[in-house]
Amino acid sequence: MPACAEPGEPVIEPHTTMDDIKAAVRRYIEDNFIMGAGGAALADSDSFLEHHVLDSTGFLELIGHLEETYGIKVLDDEMVPENLDSLESVARFVANKRAA
Amino acid sequence: MAATLPLPGPHALQYDALSEADRIARWMVETLARRLHRRGLVVAISGGIDSSVCAALAVRAVGAAKVFGLLMPERDSSDFSTRRGRQLAQHLGIAHEVFDIAPALEALGCYRQRDEAIRRVFPAYGEGWKNKIVIAGGTDGGINYFKLVVAEPGGVQHEARLPLKEYLQIVAATNFKQRVRKTMDYFHADRLNYAVVGTPNRLEYDQGFFVKVGDGAADLKPIAHLYKTQVYAMARALGLPEEICSATPTTDTYTLAQGQDEFYFALPYAQMDVALWSLNHGVPAADLARALGIDEARAARVYADIEAKRRAARYLHAAAETIEPVGPPAP
Repeated sequence: MPACAEPGEPVIEPHTTMDDIKAAVRRYIEDNFIMGAGGAALADSDSFLEHHVLDSTGFLELIGHLEETYGIKVLDDEMVPENLDSLESVARFVANKRAA
Repeated sequence: MAATLPLPGPHALQYDALSEADRIARWMVETLARRLHRRGLVVAISGGIDSSVCAALAVRAVGAAKVFGLLMPERDSSDFSTRRGRQLAQHLGIAHEVFDIAPALEALGCYRQRDEAIRRVFPAYGEGWKNKIVIAGGTDGGINYFKLVVAEPGGVQHEARLPLKEYLQIVAATNFKQRVRKTMDYFHADRLNYAVVGTPNRLEYDQGFFVKVGDGAADLKPIAHLYKTQVYAMARALGLPEEICSATPTTDTYTLAQGQDEFYFALPYAQMDVALWSLNHGVPAADLARALGIDEARAARVYADIEAKRRAARYLHAAAETIEPVGPPAP
């Protein structure tokens, strides 16, 4: 049963895996940015920038979502494409931050 | 052995400014008479280089008697802006009006909405404090984001990354300034049966440094093809007052002094011009790096940043979408 969180608190189980994160972020991206519009499905390693899924405002939305959902704080120097520009990199980055 | 191409640089932006001024003036008359069917030109004068050159070009095109200048300071404008604007209007001999838009902005909630968002980041922010927004990330290879900088009345500065919600609210609130000014432009244009001159230079037009339905709205944009360096050269060629020719570009939108390069562009304008020119002319990043005295990776990031802003600017330039073309059938 999911943990009961206070409003504003992260609702992610402690044992969340990288695959869980990837799937959840994919759902978030699909619901909020792709919004059911047609086009090829996003592969795990596809660049959000190159595929025009996210612009700079979109990245800020994604960062806000990650901070709120996973209870992490994304530092200024972590706001780089290597950490945030694909489902794979986001999942790795979030998992590492949670493990730290 | 292949000849070494000269490096890009300010020389690439050199041109015969007076001939270009004449070409633009002819185009303005032609456009006004044959396409817009209006009798004169309204120019909002900020005191900066772009609007000053546009006003001078308008006068060159249709004569001072058919140009109306508007100076629209608000609470956060610098006094220098209005002083330089008046000086220009007098220099050009055009009819002009100074209209304080602060009461309209106050009524719309511009300052209140902005300050509320700032206080969510810096709760102590209040009377006598100053603010500005600074761009970061993009040219360091990161994702572009914005920092809020505030200064206490005593001058002590604080800085924090802006969360998205607060960033959007501050920008939305300050955009009232450009949109209220545009409302006044069109009031006078309608009253006089004139057309509205838009004043972006090439950097601003290409990179989306304008407010949609704000300073981005106009009937004609006579210097949208000129690099900023070329606009300065034209100001001198047209004999505009020295104080205007040597003015540093600022946004004049936030209360702390803020250069346009801090707010939006990756580099100071003279270097941005060279970078944009180089990208437009297929110059490799390595050559741009040598020309600007920066490393190649940074030059590549400058190119990437230009491309990213170009993509973002598409929305700003776009007219409203329709599901299919609407209008008379193609001949």
